[in-house]
Amino acid sequence: MKDSINTILARETGFSRRDLLKGGGALIVGFSLSPALSSAARADAVASPDPKLIDSWIAVHADNTATIIFGKCELGQGNTTGMLQIAGEELDLDMHQLSAVRCDTHVTPDQGATTSSSSIERGGPQLRAAAAEARQALLQLASARLNAPVTSLNVASGVVSVAGDPGRSVKYGELLGGKPFAVKLTGTAPRKAVEQYKLVGTRVPRVDLPDKVAAKYTHMQHVRVAGMLHGRIVRPRGQGPYGYGAKPLDIDQATIRDIPGARLVRKGDFIGVVAEREWDAVRAAQALKVTWEKRASLPGNASLYQVMRAAKTTDTRVVDDGDITKGFAQAEHVASATYELPYQAHLPFGPNCAIADVGPDAARVISSTQDVYNSRRMLADTLGLPPEKIHVQYYEGSGTFGHSCYEDAAQAAAIMSQVVGKPVRVQFMRWDEHGWDNFGPAHIAEVRAGIDAAGKIVAYEYQGWQHGWHVIETSQELAQLTAPQERTGGSNSIIVNRMSTGAMYAIPNRRVTSHAIPMLGLLKGSPLRSPMDMHYSFASEQVVDDLAHKAGIDPLDFRRRNIAGERWLGVLNAAAAAAGWTPRPAASLLSDAEVVTGRGIGIGTHHVSFGAAVAEIEVNRRTGVIVAKKLYGALDAGLAVNPGLIENQIVGMMVQATSRILKEEVTFSDSNVTSLDWVTYPILRFAEHPEVTPVVVQRLHEPSTGAGEEVMGSTGAAIANAFFDATGVRLTQYPMTPERVRAALAAARI
Amino acid sequence: MVEEPRRDRAPDSGASSTNASSTNKSSTNALTIKVNGRVAEVEAPPGTPLLYVLTNDLELRGPKFGCGLAQCGACSVLLDGVEIRSCITPVASVVGKSITTLEGLANWHAEQKRLPQAPALHPLQQALIEVQAPHCGYCVSGMVVKASELLARNERPSDAEIRQHMNGHLCRCGTYPRLMQAIKLASRTMAGETP
Repeated sequence: MKDSINTILARETGFSRRDLLKGGGALIVGFSLSPALSSAARADAVASPDPKLIDSWIAVHADNTATIIFGKCELGQGNTTGMLQIAGEELDLDMHQLSAVRCDTHVTPDQGATTSSSSIERGGPQLRAAAAEARQALLQLASARLNAPVTSLNVASGVVSVAGDPGRSVKYGELLGGKPFAVKLTGTAPRKAVEQYKLVGTRVPRVDLPDKVAAKYTHMQHVRVAGMLHGRIVRPRGQGPYGYGAKPLDIDQATIRDIPGARLVRKGDFIGVVAEREWDAVRAAQALKVTWEKRASLPGNASLYQVMRAAKTTDTRVVDDGDITKGFAQAEHVASATYELPYQAHLPFGPNCAIADVGPDAARVISSTQDVYNSRRMLADTLGLPPEKIHVQYYEGSGTFGHSCYEDAAQAAAIMSQVVGKPVRVQFMRWDEHGWDNFGPAHIAEVRAGIDAAGKIVAYEYQGWQHGWHVIETSQELAQLTAPQERTGGSNSIIVNRMSTGAMYAIPNRRVTSHAIPMLGLLKGSPLRSPMDMHYSFASEQVVDDLAHKAGIDPLDFRRRNIAGERWLGVLNAAAAAAGWTPRPAASLLSDAEVVTGRGIGIGTHHVSFGAAVAEIEVNRRTGVIVAKKLYGALDAGLAVNPGLIENQIVGMMVQATSRILKEEVTFSDSNVTSLDWVTYPILRFAEHPEVTPVVVQRLHEPSTGAGEEVMGSTGAAIANAFFDATGVRLTQYPMTPERVRAALAAARI
Repeated sequence: MVEEPRRDRAPDSGASSTNASSTNKSSTNALTIKVNGRVAEVEAPPGTPLLYVLTNDLELRGPKFGCGLAQCGACSVLLDGVEIRSCITPVASVVGKSITTLEGLANWHAEQKRLPQAPALHPLQQALIEVQAPHCGYCVSGMVVKASELLARNERPSDAEIRQHMNGHLCRCGTYPRLMQAIKLASRTMAGETP
């Protein structure tokens, strides 16, 4: 079986590219699995699509439909629909004439990772350029066919006609159906003017939803390949201190002897099991007795922040505007606080899953990676194969919200397949995903800010402590016993985000300092949706709110007076208007009732969009339970290609941010992570969900920017500020659990 | 000689009795179960959780693995009209009973309501599209199964009843508000239906 994988791989690849031209929607995202393979074998090397060719982006079919090919993955955020709108707009094709393909190293161009809300912001312009150029190429062909100058041609629904003589027409499919453009991209083709947009800017329904609600969508967890074994990883329940691996001292294989077909797979310290039936693999992974080396060197939750403070730091001055010493000297009121903020986890609702088929010279890996090309580079390193011999295909898993265990699962499947010589499907168990996630790092913030007598912010200082992100996936670390590596420098580091720390206000004297601490000995970190911004906003926006309180000014009015620009003001006003905000200072209606109410406001972003939130909450002062009742979120992401998609993202962001601010915290002992399921790591439940009102601020003439992260920070801040409004007490830690609330209220009464 | 090209298998859209593809001949038993109105013979050790039979042997794409601990609801199916967690339900325990997954819900709904013809989708599935509720869609199957259980016995549940009934089902994407809207929309649709 293994002998033929190269042949199969090459054949399939040859087929895939040609199949795009045959088209007819055969590869619609999430619809069908790879179709039957062509019998025509291709022996030539497999090259990834050249982004400089129109054919790498667009295939026009004889039935006057088109397949749009792009390298941004559908993660449930709906970017497929938005990208098709962008292409359809430039090509003058309707949505029903368009289909998309899944990310695939042998099919889709490398557009970088589907991270940082970059699909429409950075992937969109590339696709728009290709579509505009394709349109010009089609017009040239039509001009020759219709014997009319290009300037006299109109296009609607993929039909080119001559102005004033609509009878003279030809379809795109007749001009090019099934044939390649064979035209290089110059990037010079004219783009449509915004005023002419018919598709972009409208609420096109999501193209993936009909299949998703009808059980016709294939999530990664449902993909099967012939001859595969089911695999499970075997690790300690819950990761230990980062950098020390997980060393098996003894493995008792007799413990799985009675499970049919179950087989131990070991490479270095990587341990897994495989079996023909999935339940047998599950049982074997549970039954296999492994004695692990125990390393009791984690700080545990109780000592975490102490340990972080004591760590040696590498400091970066992120912002240094004006002179904060002078600024604070002018201040009439100063507010300051120290915040201690937790590790949190990604936790896709379905744990990650991957399938690998590794042969001696080539491999095929199917996973829910956010970046098939980076995945390929990492797999090449693990498998000892050249990247071009590795075919990585994407299938949507469940919402990942950043770097969950998808690469780890892919690596685990690849390592096991290489050892056993058969395709292996690895499904992480719930405790694998919870316990071995690449957590959003913990953070300490020290913030102080001052206002002058006129209520203007004159000085602002933010100092933040956190560690960086992991580089090598755990499966590879264990299999190859690699040295610990942490991403601390360069563009991918997690230096405190200047945009979340005062950038929304006009502040003459502002200093932001990032203190990087080593990850070694703490928990494994990675980007979690709107990385670290919930921490920054929770700290920064509470101090700003406190300034307003000290000055006796309504928090909305205070922010308006200090706002940094028109677009910040736009979202601030939009959220406040949706909430029907009436001015009064915070904590001006305190009550002794058992259940009290409060409202709060916050603004924030991730990078370049603008977000604002208003929260209305209830606090039970006796039980400490907070209920987020109503949330209002506004987002300005420039030109909203599909306001409906953004509204949906706002709803999701605000509910998830509520969950994170009220409930979520990774727990760990001195040796292992102990939050291993939905009971030990609770998230917001159905009965607890707030009503959410999303508002999209449409900016037709601004570039489209990210829309999947930018209301997270402001939502958490708005809830924290609402708590102060309700109780007159500030929380400096989250999650805002009943225990924390009761303790803070009790402490404030003394 | 080039072998028959390997291909990914597209799961059937409905339950099928065609393929109990186990190659493990030891310690499996032939069991007859009824899924979405069709009888299927599967070979599986009797203690195997129903979920693995539905996803691997019957290749259904509705029920999903979420936790294996009955904590999340991704695997929910109806057993004689009552929602259960298939991830902890031994397959042997459902013999002689009737299982409905998301794939069979429109038919089940038609039977409950004595409709002359089954709609393509359960009204709640349709409502989910209308309010554009799902994000990744992984929780959808369990959510629809659970909500359909409620709507079958209470056509116009209150908000509080919906919240309480659905509280055992988690969503990580934060779609609860729109799921709520969809359930209420479906409730209105169903209450207006003629039997």
